[in-house]
Amino acid sequence: MKTVKTLSSFGLCCALLVGGTAAVAQAPSETLQKIKETGTITFGYRESSIPFSYLDGQQKPVGFSIDLCQKIAEKVKQQLGLSNLAIKQVAVNSSNRIPLVANGTVDIECGGTANNLARQKQVSFSVATFAGQPRWLTRTDSGIKKSADLKDKTVVVTQGSNAVGFVRKINDDEKLGMQIIQAKDHGESMLTLSNGRAVAFLEDDILLAGERANSANPASFSFLPGGYDVGYYGLMFKKDDAGFKALVDGVLVGMMKDGSFEKVYKTWFESPIPPRNMNLSFPISDKLRQRIQTPSDKVDS
Amino acid sequence: MFDVLFETVAEGDERYIEWLLTGLGWTFSLALSGWAIAFVIGVVVGCGRTSSNALIGLAARLFVEIFRNVPIIVQMFLWYFVVPEILPKNMGAWVKSIPPPWGSFLPALIALSLYTAARVAEQVKAGIEALPPGQRAAAKALGMTGFGVYRFVLMPQAMRIITPTLTSEVMGIYKNTSVALTIGLLELTAQARQINEFTFKTFEAFGAATLIYLGLALAVFVLMQAAENHFRIPGQDDGLKGKRQAAPAPRAGTRP
Repeated sequence: MKTVKTLSSFGLCCALLVGGTAAVAQAPSETLQKIKETGTITFGYRESSIPFSYLDGQQKPVGFSIDLCQKIAEKVKQQLGLSNLAIKQVAVNSSNRIPLVANGTVDIECGGTANNLARQKQVSFSVATFAGQPRWLTRTDSGIKKSADLKDKTVVVTQGSNAVGFVRKINDDEKLGMQIIQAKDHGESMLTLSNGRAVAFLEDDILLAGERANSANPASFSFLPGGYDVGYYGLMFKKDDAGFKALVDGVLVGMMKDGSFEKVYKTWFESPIPPRNMNLSFPISDKLRQRIQTPSDKVDS
Repeated sequence: MFDVLFETVAEGDERYIEWLLTGLGWTFSLALSGWAIAFVIGVVVGCGRTSSNALIGLAARLFVEIFRNVPIIVQMFLWYFVVPEILPKNMGAWVKSIPPPWGSFLPALIALSLYTAARVAEQVKAGIEALPPGQRAAAKALGMTGFGVYRFVLMPQAMRIITPTLTSEVMGIYKNTSVALTIGLLELTAQARQINEFTFKTFEAFGAATLIYLGLALAVFVLMQAAENHFRIPGQDDGLKGKRQAAPAPRAGTRP
């Protein structure tokens, strides 16, 4: 503790003298230093982002991203040479996740958050851990077979999701003249679809697969063929922390290389998962396969 | 501080402020039309609450107890999700096929007006009961019909008494419109949430919404104050104020 303080005040002197470069050298990772000082790493989890991060039957956060974060915590413990590292779990939602990561309440968000340039202005992302693609889910009995059948029909998207801008663009580009309902959350969008107010629901395929598997009668919903621009998901942490990013990416890339990433993927996307032992049956997509072979955090928009 | 409102939205060529303004438009139309309906129903039901006819009294009481005691969000869900399912199949399908945003606006309007009407009815009842019983008796003795008693004797006095409490009901209906976002109406709060989701400028988005709500509340306050002054019977109110100094106000005990 004492040495750290002395060192950082020394760093501060240097920073004042030589204009900042020394301070960077002294503190390679703000996040790691904080974890070392407190002996605690804080995960941000989502309560219902199946299968990335959600609460199981015992109200304990579980999921694909949580498992990845556990591996990262192990590595943090090893790298900092700590004998004990406590993991604190903080629930986040889609509105507060970015502010909480940016202000340091949460060290790493283990959810299902899409990486994009707007978000990169506030936070940083790991290499892609998932590739999601917006697609249409319809009721099988609606007789809709392709996206052109949606002409002049009523569709639903969730307020605040990326699909809101997307559906407008599709409407303009393909001249479909669709009526758009904006429901409050994914559960309500699904209800709007199942009770017949809307004939189709536009959202990322994995979220739709989760909603469908969770519904009373999964067979009554089907995907329309084809999808739109792929979005890459990643673990989210504080911006401008190269040391922490290197550690996180190192763990993930290592897992992708030795096949353990795929093993974890299979556990959550292709096997029965708690709490109701449903199986999402969602094999690795071609886009994700590419990112496993050449890990990257690149996004186009 | 509110620069974000003048940025162009993620997909499209409008600016975020236009989202807020369309949201404001829906908040405004929902509150205004809701208030018009709530006021009319509330006055009628409020009179019913004080009726000497037991059946009318019971019906009015039931209306108030149901619509005032069930939370507004539950009522909106009932009108939006449940009612179409219990209607005959064709009618239900027709209700569900009402294009957005009217499909959300109408259930929100029904829920909000009935909820507010029940609250207004209680104010009206309190206003009528605040009057000395001799007023009603004297009007009857003069040979007035039941309608006449209310129209010419009781209501003109009762409505003046309750104008201040109605002000908070009008403010209340503005604030309660935000619950309509749960059934998919993109009013002011929904748009602020949406801007937050797209830009992550939480403080700016909700700050702007807060200021707009505050402005609306102040406008309502000023308007209602003007209405109160406009309808005041010259001399009556001043007299009251004078008496309050000397003796306990005769109406104090009748406030709800």
